[in-house]
Amino acid sequence: MMVESAGSGGQHGRLRSVPPVPESAASGAPRPVVEFRNVSKKFGDYTACDRVSFHVAKGEFFSLLGPSGCGKTTTLRLIAGFEEPDGGEVLIDGEVVNRKRPYERNLAMVFQNYALFPHLSIEQNISFGLEMKRTPKTERAGRVEKALQMVQLDPSQYARRRPAQLSGGQRQRVALARALVLEPSVLLLDEPLGALDLRLRKEMQLELRHLNKQLGTTFIFVTHDQEEALTMSDRIAVMSNAGIAQIGTPAEIYECPRTPFVARFIGETNFFEGRCTGRHASGWIIEGEGSRYVVPAHPQIAEGKQVRIAVRPEWLDVVAPADVPAGENHLLGHVLEVIYLGETLHVLVRVADKTVSIAVRNEGQLTRPLSIKPRDAVALAWKAEDCQVLEDD
Amino acid sequence: MSLRRRVLLWFHDHPWLEAWALLAPGLTWLVIFFVAPLLLMFGYSFMPRDAYGGVESGFTLEHYARFFDPLYITIVGRSVVYAVVCTVLCLLLGYPVAYAIARAQRWRNALLFLVTLPFWTSFLVRIFSMIFLLRESGLINSILVGSGLIEEAISMLYTSPAVLVGLIYGFLPFMVLPVYASLEKLDRSLLEAAEVLGARPAARFFRITLPLSKPGVVAGSMLVFIPALGSFLTSDLLGGAKEILIGNLVQNQFTTARNWPFGSAASFVMMTLVLVAVSLYLRVRDAGEQMSR
Repeated sequence: MMVESAGSGGQHGRLRSVPPVPESAASGAPRPVVEFRNVSKKFGDYTACDRVSFHVAKGEFFSLLGPSGCGKTTTLRLIAGFEEPDGGEVLIDGEVVNRKRPYERNLAMVFQNYALFPHLSIEQNISFGLEMKRTPKTERAGRVEKALQMVQLDPSQYARRRPAQLSGGQRQRVALARALVLEPSVLLLDEPLGALDLRLRKEMQLELRHLNKQLGTTFIFVTHDQEEALTMSDRIAVMSNAGIAQIGTPAEIYECPRTPFVARFIGETNFFEGRCTGRHASGWIIEGEGSRYVVPAHPQIAEGKQVRIAVRPEWLDVVAPADVPAGENHLLGHVLEVIYLGETLHVLVRVADKTVSIAVRNEGQLTRPLSIKPRDAVALAWKAEDCQVLEDD
Repeated sequence: MSLRRRVLLWFHDHPWLEAWALLAPGLTWLVIFFVAPLLLMFGYSFMPRDAYGGVESGFTLEHYARFFDPLYITIVGRSVVYAVVCTVLCLLLGYPVAYAIARAQRWRNALLFLVTLPFWTSFLVRIFSMIFLLRESGLINSILVGSGLIEEAISMLYTSPAVLVGLIYGFLPFMVLPVYASLEKLDRSLLEAAEVLGARPAARFFRITLPLSKPGVVAGSMLVFIPALGSFLTSDLLGGAKEILIGNLVQNQFTTARNWPFGSAASFVMMTLVLVAVSLYLRVRDAGEQMSR
């Protein structure tokens, strides 16, 4: 039985050869707009933030990403000033604001449920902040109109309506306009797209990104949706257990996850484990998963140590056992299932005691069907550098 | 097809009749025991009185005309003033209480229980207990005299403040509960949104909390004003003869004076006052809504 090499081997190699972006593209900027220095926050016995440190540069689209209960919302509320840190310092524009109330900070926020004032018209909702900041009356109407236009709502049609008369997507836009009309230095967004349907969400994602670049306002965005974070962010802080697991650009987070948690939370991944048995020309030799393979050099690896690596489904190739490219790592197994996903096919392969998922580009199952069938004996192959050595969580 | 199923299907095909079937028992009760006596009283109020407390056949406006007597104008005027003052003071006293209860987390149910606690005893008993408090040999005077703050007991009982104190005491829970209900529903994120938009505590209260608790304030005001206008027990026991209110007037006419036609007319004057006051109140409220920008 002849098994073709599935997927195009060179594809991911090219993707991976993009030089990594430095940790912060803006680390050279004079001073961050928002900075956390070892900020901690407890609610009773529950620690919501545990010595969290990060900084956000001016104009950046910064996402706080994590599962529910990871502390991302508390972090946002600490920036907004709804919560006061128990330890550490929160800085905005270089000034410690630990004890400043939200109304004393030059911020704006879009809430998860939009929090539009139900008793006020759209116009009054947007102008509320201007009134509070004592903007001259003559100036307000113009700015409200401009803000509505900025979020693609026709002022003549929507200004006089009540929030209850708008759809979810329109309310979302009003909430955005109400925040942006103040021209804040930082805009905080607390899962603002969660309640929208998929199509609208995609549309708003691009629009938010566009506004961020157009206005130069710093956006700090809380989400539990990894795809959303990857789409929109300049940088992502992945949070888990009240701390930051990793900060980096979307490519860094996806391609170089530091811990098993990050690797699992962002996208799909396969974990291989084994024991380091010695050096290899370009890294270390690992024995595990019923085979032996090479991983790149990593400061935490030493001979005899247990090693865990992550390999993304699209970094793996499925080939016939005889066709493994020379010098590539490979594991032997048999096909369990081929799942049709449209853009890609996922081949599930049983290797020793685990199931590995491999993404194969769909080249048209009606014209050039994949020759792999369940129960075929196959090899998984990947280049030594196409994996991530993980630290412990 | 079973009878049960047939009835259900029939109601399914006639939803309008289903609504009536549900309304019928309560509606019948109200027609017999509320609408009928009311119409009877309305008729009485236009009939001449006979010598023995009943009515003679005929038509007269004399019972209504009596209200233009300065004596009765004073009573009506006093009743309205007391009801208004009582409502305003109940609002000023009750709103903060309702606000505190709505904000309380752990003690909320206990506090609500305390608000409703007075209802466990009869209103009459509670008003009598006020007499023990207010009279010249009562608790307040004993303490004040005993501590040397005043030399002679103050007469508090049978004065207008005594009546007002009694009214407010009696009706305060009716203000607290509806205001609490509307404050409790208030979405906290609205206040946070206002705070981020630059609103200080006072602005948050007057621009967000107060307008959004208005349904509770309106309901509470009605629940206090309407019974306060018709109350007779409080003024009778705490106000004495010189603090007579329209409620006492009605009561007297039906009991001691045995003038049912005049008592009926007084009832309708009171009802008219309530309707006028409530509609005025609602109009002012709606106008305020349009003006608040």
